[in-house]
Amino acid sequence: MSTASEPSFYQRQGIASWLLTTDHKRIAILYLVSMMTFFLVGMTLGAFMRLEHLTMGPTIMKPTTYNALFTLHGVVMIFLFVIPGLAASFGNFFLPIMIGAKDVAFPRLNLLSWYLFMGGAAIALSSLFTGSGPPDTGWSFYVPYSVKTGTNVTVAVLGAFTIGFSSILTGLNFITTIHRLRAKGMNWLRMPLFPWALYATAWVQVLATPILGITLLLVVLERVFHLGIFDPAIGGDPILYQHLFWTYSHPAVYIMILPAMGAISEIIPTFAHRTIFGYKAIVLSSMGIAALGSLVWAHHMFTSGMSEFSIIIFSLLTFLVAIPSAIKVFNWVATLYKGSVELRPPMLFALGFVFLFSICGLTGLFQGALAVNVHVHDTYFIVGHFHYVMFGGTGFAFFAALHYWYPKMFGRMYNERAAIVAFVPIFVGFNMLYFTFLVMGLQGMPRRYYDHLPRFHSGHIHATIGSWILVAGILIMVGNLLLGLFRRTTIPANCWGGVTLEWTIASPPPTENFAVAPVITEPAYTFNPVAKESA
Amino acid sequence: MSMPAETQVAEHTGEHRDYVGAKLGMWIFVFTELILFGGLFVAYGMYRSMHAHEFHKASGELNITLGVINTLVLLTSSLTMVLSIVAIRLQRKRQSMIFLASTMLLGAVFLVNKVFEWTAKIHHGIYPGSEHLMARPPGERLFFGLYFGMTGLHGLHVTVGVVVMSVMLALVARDKIRHDDYIKLENTGLYWHLVDIIWIFLLPLFYLAA
Repeated sequence: MSTASEPSFYQRQGIASWLLTTDHKRIAILYLVSMMTFFLVGMTLGAFMRLEHLTMGPTIMKPTTYNALFTLHGVVMIFLFVIPGLAASFGNFFLPIMIGAKDVAFPRLNLLSWYLFMGGAAIALSSLFTGSGPPDTGWSFYVPYSVKTGTNVTVAVLGAFTIGFSSILTGLNFITTIHRLRAKGMNWLRMPLFPWALYATAWVQVLATPILGITLLLVVLERVFHLGIFDPAIGGDPILYQHLFWTYSHPAVYIMILPAMGAISEIIPTFAHRTIFGYKAIVLSSMGIAALGSLVWAHHMFTSGMSEFSIIIFSLLTFLVAIPSAIKVFNWVATLYKGSVELRPPMLFALGFVFLFSICGLTGLFQGALAVNVHVHDTYFIVGHFHYVMFGGTGFAFFAALHYWYPKMFGRMYNERAAIVAFVPIFVGFNMLYFTFLVMGLQGMPRRYYDHLPRFHSGHIHATIGSWILVAGILIMVGNLLLGLFRRTTIPANCWGGVTLEWTIASPPPTENFAVAPVITEPAYTFNPVAKESA
Repeated sequence: MSMPAETQVAEHTGEHRDYVGAKLGMWIFVFTELILFGGLFVAYGMYRSMHAHEFHKASGELNITLGVINTLVLLTSSLTMVLSIVAIRLQRKRQSMIFLASTMLLGAVFLVNKVFEWTAKIHHGIYPGSEHLMARPPGERLFFGLYFGMTGLHGLHVTVGVVVMSVMLALVARDKIRHDDYIKLENTGLYWHLVDIIWIFLLPLFYLAA
C-alpha cells in the first residue's frame, strides 16, 4: 500500500512535462486522448455515410465524396483507433503496474512510438487537404486501383506505414517488458490475463506488421517508380498484393481484439467477485488465437482466384480459430456462475461485449464456409460482421475498460447512473444499425455502394435511425466521462474490489508506481472474502 | 572477457540498465527487419518460378565482379564491427574507434559501388518504367523491378547503419560507451550483421542466378 504523501504522476505541470515524458502512464494518457479524438472523427464520418443512405439517390453528398468518406472512416478507425487500441492506451498504463514494474523496458522508445503514431496520423490526415483529393480506394488500398487512381493514395499509405512502425515498437517494448520486468514471484502462470493478452498481441504486432510495411512501401514505389510488382500492365500480379496485405491485415484483427479480450478477463472476475474460470485455458487460447490467426489470411480471398486445395485448407483453418475464441466465451460465462455479480457500468459493457462478440464469432463462421462465403462476399453482411468484431468487440471492450480503469487513471469518478443511461442507447443503437446490415447483406446489398435499390430502402432507414441512437449514446457517455473529471472526489485505492496489482496502489498512481517493489506469492485472481474497501 | 552483470543500476544516475533486455529488444527488431525483406523475397520466389527463363537471362546482365567486390567489402566490414566491440570490452578505446570508423568507411565504399552499378544500368536505359525495359518481356521487367526495389531497400539500410555508427563513434569518443556499458555498440553490430546477411542472400538471387 502506498502512503497518501506520495505525489501522483500528474504532479508535474506544463506542456513540456507531457510532450517529453517517458512515464508510461503519461504516454498512455497521451494515446487515450488522441485515440478518443480520432474515434469521434471516425464516428462523425460514419454517421454522414449513414445519413447519405437515408433517402434513395443523392441525399447530402456526391458519389466521389462518399468514396472518400468510406476510405477515411476505415483508415481513421482502423489505423488510428482500433490498431493502437487497448494495447497502446490501457496496455501502456497498466501492463507495467499489473506485473509490478516501474515502467516499460524502453521508456524513451515508448515515447517515440507515440510520436510516430501522431506523425503517421498527421500524414494520413494531410492526404485529405493536399494533392489531388482524398483517397477513394477503401482502407484496404487494393491494387491495381490504388496504383491507378489520381487521388492522394501515396500520402495516406505513407501515413499507415509510419503508424505500423509505431505499432512494431510498442510490441517489441511489451515483449521485452514482460520477459524482463515481472515482479519477484510473478512467474508466467501468476501473470494476470490482461498482460497475457498483451503478450500474445505483441508477438502478432512484431511478426505481422513488417509485412504490411513492405506491402504499403511497394504500393508507393509502384505509384512513384512503376516497379511492376503488383501492376499487371508491367507483368506483376495484383493477387500477390492481396496475399501480402491480408497476411498482415487478418492477424491485425487479433491485434485489435486480443487486448480487448484481456480487459474483459480482468473486469468479469472483479464484478463477479470470484476467481476467473479456466485461467490456463484462457492463456492458451490467447496464444492459440495469435498462432492460428496468422494462418487464415486467404479467407478474405476465396473469390479472388486460388487453387481449390488452398481454399479448403484456409476454410478449415478459419473454422479452427473459432475454438480458442469459444473457449474464452465459455470461460467468461462460467466465471459468472455462482459469482455475486454486480451490474455496474464496466460490467454492463463487458457483458455487452460477450453478447456481441458471440454474434461476431458466429457470423464469422458463416464466412468460413466456402459456399456461403461466395454468396455474402462484398455485401453488407461483411460490413456488419466486421463492425460486430471491431465495434461490438474491441469498441465495447474499450468502453468497458475505460469505465473500469477510469477511477484508477484519473483519481476521479464519473456518474454511474449516467453511464448506465448511456449504455442502453449504445447497445440498442448498435444492434439496430449492424444487425440490419447483416440482414441486408444476406438479401444482397453490396458494400461501398453510394446508392441502393428500393427493396433495401426500409433496411437503410432502420440502420440510419440506429446510427442516431448509437451516436446519441456515445455522446452521453463521453460527456459523462468528461464531466467526471471535474467532480472533486477522493477515490480509494481499491474502488471495485479488484485483486490485481493496480488496485494496491493509490488512485491516481504515484510516479514510481510502487513505493516498495511487490512480491507475488499467490496465483492471480485470488479473491479474499473481505477485500473491498468502502467506496 | 567478463560479461556485464545482467541487470545493474548505475549508482550516480539511478538509471536502470538491463543488458539482456536491451539485447532481447534488438533481436526482436532484427526479426521484424527479416520479415520486412521476407515480403520481397516471397515476391521474388513467386515471379522467378513463373518466369525462370527470363530471370536467368536478365541476371546475366548484372556485373558479377562488382557484386562480389561488394560482398567482400560488406563481409570485411562485419569483421571490423566485431573487432570494434572486442576492443571496447578490452578497454582499448582508440582501437575500437579505428575499427568502427573502418566499418563506416567500408559501408560507404559499398554504397559508392552501388551508385556506380545503378548509374550504369540507368545509363543503359534499364530502370523501372523505362521505355527500353517496357519493350522487354514481363519476366525481365519484374527482375529489374525487384533488383532496384530490393537492392534499394538494402542500400537504405546500409545508409542508416552508417549514420547510426557515426552516432556510436561520438558516444565512444565521449565515453558514453565504455567497457562496462557497450550494449548500444553491440546492438549496432547486430543490425550491421543483419544488413550483411540480407546482402548474402541478394548476391546469389540477383547476380549468380544466370
